[in-house]
Amino acid sequence: MELFWEGIAKAMALIVALDREVLAITWLSLKVSGLATLISLVIGISSGTLLALTDFPGKRLIISIVNTGMGLPPVVVGLFVTIFLWRNGPLGFLEILYTPTAMIIAQAIIATPIVTGITVASIHSLPPNLKLQILALGATRWQMVLILIREARLPLLAGVMAGFGGVISEVGASIMVGGNIKGYSRVLTTATVMETSRGNFDVAIALSLILLLLCFAVNYVLTRIQHRKRPR
Amino acid sequence: MTTPLLEIKNLVLVRGEVQVLDIPALLLHENEVLSIIGPNGSGKSTLLLTLASLLQPTTGELRCRGEIISSRRSAETYRRRLAMVFQEPLLFDTTVFENVATGLKIRGISRNEIKGRVQRSLELFNIRHLADRSARKLSGGEAQRTSLARAFAINPEIVLLDEPFASLDPPTRLALTEDLERILKETGTAAVMATHDQLDALRLSDRMAVMKSGRIIQDGPPVEVMHRPADEFVASFVGMENVLNGKVVAQAGGLLTVTLADHLIEFPGMSAPGEQALFCIRPEHITITTSDPGGATSARNIFPATIRKIIPMGAYHKLYLECGFPLVAYLTSQSLGTLHLAEGTRVFASFKATSVHLIRSGA
Repeated sequence: MELFWEGIAKAMALIVALDREVLAITWLSLKVSGLATLISLVIGISSGTLLALTDFPGKRLIISIVNTGMGLPPVVVGLFVTIFLWRNGPLGFLEILYTPTAMIIAQAIIATPIVTGITVASIHSLPPNLKLQILALGATRWQMVLILIREARLPLLAGVMAGFGGVISEVGASIMVGGNIKGYSRVLTTATVMETSRGNFDVAIALSLILLLLCFAVNYVLTRIQHRKRPR
Repeated sequence: MTTPLLEIKNLVLVRGEVQVLDIPALLLHENEVLSIIGPNGSGKSTLLLTLASLLQPTTGELRCRGEIISSRRSAETYRRRLAMVFQEPLLFDTTVFENVATGLKIRGISRNEIKGRVQRSLELFNIRHLADRSARKLSGGEAQRTSLARAFAINPEIVLLDEPFASLDPPTRLALTEDLERILKETGTAAVMATHDQLDALRLSDRMAVMKSGRIIQDGPPVEVMHRPADEFVASFVGMENVLNGKVVAQAGGLLTVTLADHLIEFPGMSAPGEQALFCIRPEHITITTSDPGGATSARNIFPATIRKIIPMGAYHKLYLECGFPLVAYLTSQSLGTLHLAEGTRVFASFKATSVHLIRSGA
């Protein structure tokens, strides 16, 4: 137990002192996961809206696949991204394996089904006649889609949070495609794994505390949003 | 003959395998308010969506001022000239002002002009004080007023109203009906309103169309539909509680004599003796007296009757009478007291020949 309290005390010291390495790791985590979330939003919201608003044979199957993708194991993503980016792999010529770019790609792949799935659900949760009401107000199809997305913004924001929360706390893919290179591709989760294996519990605890704080902040905002009510 | 504002020709709409609309012809003229009445599932909403070009007919056409609405482009241009209000307010998650401004923004109208037009529309529906309120914090009536204000803000040539009062409580509904009546008159906007309330239809509309199973059974001035229903279905739907079937025994000078349960009933109509006649009488046209009115009334049809049942209906009472054939009559609560009527009381039921409408006759 002494180990624990000692670790906490040292961790607090590291955080309060704004340790350069800890700060750099946190910043990279935010950057990689933030960019990955952004990419997943562009792809996820557009494809999710399209999926929700169009009818075609096999739509249910696609939605089921997307929903399954919401629980995609990061290590599986890590494995396939590694294979694709491997020197002899199909995208090996890009030479981005073990770079933050590869981590962004892997994390975007993890977050996209989450955002897509939540977008489909958000658009479906709007009143069925709303689409007709918007068109009856004189909207073009494009205007209708934009207004619908604006109306679904609260549950969509939940999608953003869920996507971000999913990738910032993900470790498997990041370590596989990023390589946990010091000062280059080391993020909060990969650093925590490494420091723990080395027995540097104080640093590991400091990193975990920051990660927890980030996750808490995300979930706090998420809960606040979910408790707001829709108009009639 | 002026070109009608809206015109439907030979319209058929098939969904899946089911034919949900079959309307050979329907017109809407400038400044006209047309009510579509009918039970749930009769196709009222589908017809409105088709009129808004939000559903494409399988065959047939929709014309606005003579112009066919067919392509997606023409439908979008056409939809900018109309507004539709649904049973649910369907407000956006923003302020009342922004909600009412939506149709104008969609049309790319300048911010300054939007302000003035939204204010006018809010005033029209007496909700100016709610402008800055979130649409999430409105009562049912306020929300529906906002929805109507949003529709009228664009100065539509036609408004399509799909049971806009159906989910409101009676006092709210009454106040909103009064305002809508005034606004439709003031603005001269043509309207098509689906409702299952014949009183709303009677109050607001110049014409009434009765729908059943995707077809229009009768289309005419409300009073005519109410008093001269085309068939039993329309009769029952517009509150015509006395639909009777008798046998024609004589016809002279446009007056039929029909026998029913050993009674003779006289009313205007053309038929041949020996044929069956289906006819109806509105309950409010039946007079109840405790003594035989005889020569004191111009009513040709006087029958002794027994009161079987009395049901209070608020301002009036509904009397179920037995005069050899069943008859329903309405009586004010005051008359009921004055005449000392109770279940079992023997009375006289009388009605004028002109109160009877011959639905049809045949062998």
